[in-house]
Amino acid sequence: MSTTATPAAPAAERPVRDRADKFRQVKLVVTFAITFALVLWMAISIDNSDVLFLNAPSPDLEHQPEPFNGLRLVWIAVVISGIALAMAAFNLVPRNGWALLVYLAVGLSFYVAFTIWYYADQDSAVEAWITNPLPSMVKYSPPLVLGALAGVICERAGVINIAIEAQLLMGAFFGYVISSLAFSNGVGMVGAALAGVLVALVLGLFSLRYHVDQVVVGVVLIALALGLTTFLLGQIPTQQENASLNTLLSDPPDPLTPIEIPGLSQIPLIGRALFNQSILVYITLLAPIVVWFLLYQTRWGLRVRSVGEHPKAADTVGIKVNRVRWQAILLGGGLAGLGGAFYSVGSSGSFTDNAANGQGFMALAAVIMGRWHPIGATMAAFFFALTAAMKDDFGLVTKVPSELIAVAPYLATLIAVAGFVGRVRPPAADGQPYVKD
Amino acid sequence: MSEHDDKTPAEGSRSPGEDTLAPLAETKPTKSGGRSSSPLLDTVLTTAAAIFLALVIGAVLMALSNQEVIDSMGYFFVYPWDFFTRSADVVTTSYGALLKASLGSGEAIAHTLNRSAPLICAGLGVSLAFRAGLFNIGAQGQIILGTLAASYVGFTWDLPGPILLLASIVAGILAGAVWGAIAGALKAFTGAHEVISTIMLNSIAASGVLAYALGELKSFQRPGDELGLPQSPPVPDAAAFPEVFGVHLGVLLAIAAAGGVWWVLTRSTFGFELRSVGANPDASLTAGMSTAKVFVLTMAIAGALSGLAATMFINGDQASNNASLVGTVGFDAITVALLGRGTPLGSVLAGLLFGALAVGGGAMQTSSAGTAPEIVQVVQGLIVLFVAAPAAVRWLVRQRRKEPTDTFAAKGATA
Repeated sequence: MSTTATPAAPAAERPVRDRADKFRQVKLVVTFAITFALVLWMAISIDNSDVLFLNAPSPDLEHQPEPFNGLRLVWIAVVISGIALAMAAFNLVPRNGWALLVYLAVGLSFYVAFTIWYYADQDSAVEAWITNPLPSMVKYSPPLVLGALAGVICERAGVINIAIEAQLLMGAFFGYVISSLAFSNGVGMVGAALAGVLVALVLGLFSLRYHVDQVVVGVVLIALALGLTTFLLGQIPTQQENASLNTLLSDPPDPLTPIEIPGLSQIPLIGRALFNQSILVYITLLAPIVVWFLLYQTRWGLRVRSVGEHPKAADTVGIKVNRVRWQAILLGGGLAGLGGAFYSVGSSGSFTDNAANGQGFMALAAVIMGRWHPIGATMAAFFFALTAAMKDDFGLVTKVPSELIAVAPYLATLIAVAGFVGRVRPPAADGQPYVKD
Repeated sequence: MSEHDDKTPAEGSRSPGEDTLAPLAETKPTKSGGRSSSPLLDTVLTTAAAIFLALVIGAVLMALSNQEVIDSMGYFFVYPWDFFTRSADVVTTSYGALLKASLGSGEAIAHTLNRSAPLICAGLGVSLAFRAGLFNIGAQGQIILGTLAASYVGFTWDLPGPILLLASIVAGILAGAVWGAIAGALKAFTGAHEVISTIMLNSIAASGVLAYALGELKSFQRPGDELGLPQSPPVPDAAAFPEVFGVHLGVLLAIAAAGGVWWVLTRSTFGFELRSVGANPDASLTAGMSTAKVFVLTMAIAGALSGLAATMFINGDQASNNASLVGTVGFDAITVALLGRGTPLGSVLAGLLFGALAVGGGAMQTSSAGTAPEIVQVVQGLIVLFVAAPAAVRWLVRQRRKEPTDTFAAKGATA
């Protein structure tokens, strides 16, 4: 009788909380509380509220460091991280994609507060200013973003691409050689993309045709590309040996210059980052959208994803598994090779030994962090590009040991991956050669 | 063996009907009953053919990079003999120098062995992780941590000779083990992918811990080096490996470590669990094994082996610790493990081969042919590629046989 007096709530309305869900809340509360405490401490410890801010990578006639009230911004960061903490405490952080916005807001408020705290209250004779990191971040992004997209396309088709580093290196080297020979940056970029395709060809030949373990091929390709580019760089003839070739190769065309889009580039903060960049960067900014469209809105993309998840089923409905895989890895190779052009055509014009310097591995990490999704991987790649931009700037002031600044991005990635990305699931057929019965 | 077993594309892969424990066997027959050659002979022949092919391609590169050979190509159709004699001359000089420097004398062999020791140790670490389905890219960071601990204990602690040496080695091994265990624990308890965590831990070790020790820790710097390349003092003689005929004790330790890894993998309960988790973590979990324990312990042992590799530089070569001491040994270790197919004996042989090539590469450059040492790197890569692709090698040597290739890497290695 008494049970009928209190009508039981429908099951759907009563939140069922398992251990994992509670653990998630604890993690969020702890992380946000630490962030909040740090940001609050920074806000309190700043004495002089004014900091200098430069809305450009370097000062010029139009852009000079200008003072602004940084403390106010830090207090805003305090409020935002406080709200996030409260949301976590009352278990209001959404469980879907919107959670990403909360994480982003917390991360951003910490970043802003830390930057202002870092530059505030200097006692050095030369005053250092905060540089808008966005233009540098976007400028550094091509190898990371295009490399990560290459990884996404290949792995969604079921081919592990460890060799992003190799594609970047070969792209950089051949971008330099071909742009010098043709004396054209455009031709050089095509050459860089083709060099990436060449690496993808070898990857495809051994992994798709001969079914060699794809991790083995990838690791080998990195070693080969490193050896080959260093070797070929040493083979550039001296003036005595081959005067004409030497002249061509020692005088590459000027690197890509920024193309300013009038009007749009005047937008405060982001204008110069997005609308005053080289053609390579514009391609990089468009590529994630194009790749997302290709993978998720076209028939070809559906085929790519299906051969990466269940090649046998795809084969049953008449999809040529290996043909689709070939297309995917060649396209990926072209993208990564183009990204490699950043190191030669896009920055100095020439090639330095081991130009990629491990960024291919960072792109690989971005693929996994972004859960094999083009947009997720792109965001992770932009985060790594931001940390690369930070490293340039933060060396001027020594409030914190420079080594701590240097490892901050890696630590942040570890914490993010361990705490919030967690177990990720690669495409089901990733790394498995498909043998038709 | 049925035809079906022959078709397994990779040990531990997930295609249906593959959930047998066959992949757990130490060496898997690469062929079915159709032919009579033994698997061992098959492996030896394939490897020999791969090395030969890689050396041939290396020779072509060498010849084409030599100025005299290029000059003779200008009149190739007039007097082709010149081209061939000069090419042959360059190749024999270069490979002769390589062979002489790596195996030509007792001193050369000792040099090769010392150079191989860190590759063998670190390669064993990567191999072991492979067998558990973990792709350990972190040998580099683990070695860096090992060198820091081993050298710090070596030159600061005041202990009598052998005890100091022992303390230094143990410190190096422990530091590597801790650094490896971090990645294992992150994988076990949070699911963080070991590829990401080991890449990040490499960077933290190199640009964080090592840079801090060399840049900020006064006790770690050798006086007078602060402005140039900061470096630590070398360990005193008391903490150095004793040498016999120029071969230091570390080489023996490396061989012993290989024996230890073989024992753990094939004779211990933990080794069975390790291989089982590598072949199929879900099935192992269902069977009552703790994958968390396997992940943490495996990465700790892998890190310890990398730490042992670190002692080869610090206690073996008595090198000063600086930013470039380790070089790329941690990444070469991956190649060694791949060439060694994840087995201890394979790692030893691959480490010896790569050690010899590394020693010989320098000699090629100083020989009269002046061949670029990067050729060695290309040859190393090609050897691994060809060994992993027996079908491709057979195709290249025109011995086509219908047979899918057999590779060892486990499922966890899928990024």
